[in-house]
Amino acid sequence: MTTASSASGTTAIEVAGLTRRFRVRSRGFARKEVTAVDGLTLTVGAGESVGYIGANGAGKSTTIKMLAGILVPSAGTVRTCGLEPVRQRRELARRLGVVFGQRSQLWWDLPLAESYRILAAVHSLSPQRERERTAELVERLELGEFLATPVRQLSLGQRMRGEVAAALLHSPALLVLDEPTIGLDVLSKQRLREFLLAERAAHGTTLLLTTHDMGDVSRLCERVLLVDRGRLAYDGSLAGLSKTVGARRVLVVDLAAPAPDLLGVPHAEHLGSEGGGLRQRLAFDDAATTAAAVLSAVSERVEVRDLSVEEPDVEDVVRRIYAAGGR
Amino acid sequence: MADPALRGGRTGWWRPYRAVLASRVRAQTSYRGSFALDLASSVLIGLVELAEIWVLYRSVDALGGLDLAAVLLVFGIADTAFSTADLFVGHVDTLPRYLRAGTLDVFYLRPQPLLAQLVTSEISVRRVTRIGVGLTALVVGLAVNDIAWSPLVVAFLVVVLVASTLTFAGLFVAAAGVQFFLVDASEMTNAVVYGGRYAATQPASVWGKPLVALFGFAVPIAFTAYLPVVALLGLPGAEWLPSWLGWLAPLAAVWTWAVALLAWRTGVRHYQGGGG
Repeated sequence: MTTASSASGTTAIEVAGLTRRFRVRSRGFARKEVTAVDGLTLTVGAGESVGYIGANGAGKSTTIKMLAGILVPSAGTVRTCGLEPVRQRRELARRLGVVFGQRSQLWWDLPLAESYRILAAVHSLSPQRERERTAELVERLELGEFLATPVRQLSLGQRMRGEVAAALLHSPALLVLDEPTIGLDVLSKQRLREFLLAERAAHGTTLLLTTHDMGDVSRLCERVLLVDRGRLAYDGSLAGLSKTVGARRVLVVDLAAPAPDLLGVPHAEHLGSEGGGLRQRLAFDDAATTAAAVLSAVSERVEVRDLSVEEPDVEDVVRRIYAAGGR
Repeated sequence: MADPALRGGRTGWWRPYRAVLASRVRAQTSYRGSFALDLASSVLIGLVELAEIWVLYRSVDALGGLDLAAVLLVFGIADTAFSTADLFVGHVDTLPRYLRAGTLDVFYLRPQPLLAQLVTSEISVRRVTRIGVGLTALVVGLAVNDIAWSPLVVAFLVVVLVASTLTFAGLFVAAAGVQFFLVDASEMTNAVVYGGRYAATQPASVWGKPLVALFGFAVPIAFTAYLPVVALLGLPGAEWLPSWLGWLAPLAAVWTWAVALLAWRTGVRHYQGGGG
């Protein structure tokens, strides 16, 4: 393990010219080739936290499958945790954790506690390591209340926390999360994000997550990779992405009484009003201001009864980046 | 990263498999009522198939050179071997479901070979009563036939039972390998696997030529019970299946597994899309 950790010490993911083509049946027996991932080249350093975003069908899941050794690349090279995923899959399994938002790695008819006992055996954890790690994850993810409940009876939020613990039980150096917050309520999302931040701070775990939720990206990721039609369209910070495409959040305020359009709020743009000015929508840029600043500017002028903040949508960001690029 | 010194400890290679299997057994036996029903229905199916043979032999004294006593022995060996294989490996025919739901990908995230994980992912405990039916037929069959007992005969029976169980297990695995290509082909593979089980309980001498080609050699079903019984009882056997072939039951198991592992390997390659 000493040599192994030094091999994966600097780069978690190294991908060069990675390409994956699928043959799909188009009509009848005719087949056509579809390129899901197209000459992807990127490096993720150990300890980084990266958001891998893109529209549906952009090639995110295909990339993850190649990183995990499930799919063989059509062309190019891939190294995950310093290993060749397909050839060294079993060794890689000890260093990689994956949470598939849509696929469970828990046993649906068993309680979480038993699933973790089995997974500890699967990863050959020592009894001491198993006890410590399970206790740590149960405490941090607040799993204690439903540890003895069969998985099929858990709520989606509870199950997702259970899945994350399952993927982290063997303390992988790299954690890949495929749509981890899909379908979760606001509170569950928040808890999961806080946990992932704490886990990363405590163990230096590298995070790679695909998501449609820009909230996930802005709170968890230092770096954003945007993939479009299998190609890397952007690699940099979220602030830079927002600057490029103007991905703005939207503050929606419900007022006590109808008011004229709230124009001239600093760093905010009035998008529209409904109900004769009872509900108004203001877009603002995270890089220039905060939701609180916009709200207080609004509150000086009118009485706010209720509010919500809409996160920019990944699909929207993708659309804008191509609009900006003149496509 | 985990401290390497803290890994290991209980590192028997079987520990991951044992942990899964033990939990599956607990899960299946925890609902006592339904488990008891499963056990009972399993026994019933075995008895119905046994009764079928008995009914057949009410109207004929011998079929394909085997009398009722001999055919009971064939049934006993075939059914014990098949049910044992079914208990340990039979659930691999759920692979199409895993493929459709994408849950096979989860196996890729664990540091054990895929096939070993799939085989040990489940165990059909309810089949134990079915094995009981087969064993009963086998014991009765051994008692009512005129067998010159010797250590060699005992060894022969043990080898045949192990080899036949492995042959059927290999059939299940080969069928699973094919599923990678033909996701909805379980009807076809079931025809070979369960048809093979049924054919195994019959005297192969009554088969027509196409059946001999299929279940005599391609899928060596005749080697699981019929040929060993013919060899054991010193019967003449069929002209294209001489009775000394009964000694080659282990070879049939090796052949089946060679085909099974090839089918599995090709199937996995196809799934991963690495050309194949």
